[in-house]
Amino acid sequence: MITPAEYVREIPAHHRLEAGRCKKCRKIYYPARQVCPECQAREFEPLSLPREGKIVTFTVIRVAPSQFSDQAPYAMGIVEVQPGVRLLTQVVDCDLDKIEIGMPVSLEFRKIQEDGEKGVLAYGVKAVPR
Amino acid sequence: MIGIVGYGAHVPRRRIKVEEISKVWGTDADSYKSGLVLEEKSVPSSDEDTISISVEAARNALKRAGIDPQKIGAIYVGSESHPYAVKPSGTVVADAIGATPEVHCADFEFACKAGSEAMFVTMALVKSGWMEYALAIGADTSQGKPGDALEYTASAGGAAFIMGGKNVLAEIEHTYSFMTDTPDFWRREYQFYPEHAGRFTGEPAYFKHVLGAANGIMERAGMKPQDFTFAVFHQPNGKFPLRAGKMLGFSRSQMETGLLCPIIGNTYSGSSPLGLTAILDIAKPGDRILMVSYGSGSGSDGFIWKVTERIREAQDRAPKTREMIAKGKIQVDYGTYAKYRGKIKTG
Repeated sequence: MITPAEYVREIPAHHRLEAGRCKKCRKIYYPARQVCPECQAREFEPLSLPREGKIVTFTVIRVAPSQFSDQAPYAMGIVEVQPGVRLLTQVVDCDLDKIEIGMPVSLEFRKIQEDGEKGVLAYGVKAVPR
Repeated sequence: MIGIVGYGAHVPRRRIKVEEISKVWGTDADSYKSGLVLEEKSVPSSDEDTISISVEAARNALKRAGIDPQKIGAIYVGSESHPYAVKPSGTVVADAIGATPEVHCADFEFACKAGSEAMFVTMALVKSGWMEYALAIGADTSQGKPGDALEYTASAGGAAFIMGGKNVLAEIEHTYSFMTDTPDFWRREYQFYPEHAGRFTGEPAYFKHVLGAANGIMERAGMKPQDFTFAVFHQPNGKFPLRAGKMLGFSRSQMETGLLCPIIGNTYSGSSPLGLTAILDIAKPGDRILMVSYGSGSGSDGFIWKVTERIREAQDRAPKTREMIAKGKIQVDYGTYAKYRGKIKTG
């Protein structure tokens, strides 16, 4: 379930792939953070991540949480969009047996969750084969 | 000069063939394929809807326009399948492409004509000088009742156009609209599937309005079919637009580039706008294009575009429509299609 407040908070990260770059040590975090774990600085600048990357690793979910059970089996992957910047996302529009580590993917805008038949629809990105 | 400064398309990868639908309903696939001039249609996955298709198409339009999204003053999404009954699709698109908060948003509806409505209004806003750029989108994930003739064609896809007054890649030369109150296709509130008036959707509806708009705009412009390199008409199936074009005096070669229905079905609000993107993908400076939409209820919007030199630098900045349609297709069976389209009720 996603609440309207949570939906709004996640718009920069989910809708625009906005990350935060620490102004002191230049490390990039996705999603953005309040405090840099590396240097404890609190000032960040936003930046939009590339919409292309490679699969670092993945797994196939066969017993899914109830809100995703109609999609099972489905793949979840960690995608590296630039050196050291990775995000966790569903991998879709491909044969699950053909997903490979190192596979080039694009990040497409998709519906990522819906709160039952009456709640809000949440959007974000999913990885698709390039 | 007012016109299109950027355009983009998006079509889901999944397809279902006419044979697969015919197999379930015991119909003759060959007669449907030849009667509708259609091989297969696009199918949205359960995570694709009018909003997600609109965002992807808008991002491709932005790549071609090469503008700051903050300069977009209005975003209008035309669709008959907005995911929410109450809550705009346009605000999601606006936030996703980085156009908020100083932007005007509205969702348009007029059956399959909602996308060209958005194009008409955005051009007028730019022409009036109220805003530098405006974004028009026509997108749908249309539904046909199981077993109904519409099920063979109702598909998904969308196109986006950024209108502006600088660096235009296709100038708008003329517009003309032709409307009457004609109930040939409708969906009442709370109904999941649309109803239609069978054969009445042909002569008194589609042909009357498409021919009315096409003849009207050519007469006002003082042009004839031979003055156009390309023509694109609304495509409820593959047959109607070819017949309408022939009646108007257009050759098949003028219509083939924008005719996408045979390979993706009827994308409703995305139909003639998507056809226009396929034409712009290969158009050359100086080419003139006639576009005529059609929306049940009923009406047609006509547009005459003239392609400029800027088309050459814009075409390769984003995926081309026919290449996108051909790339990475996933064929689905009827069961998978029924699941994705919410045709199977579990509770």
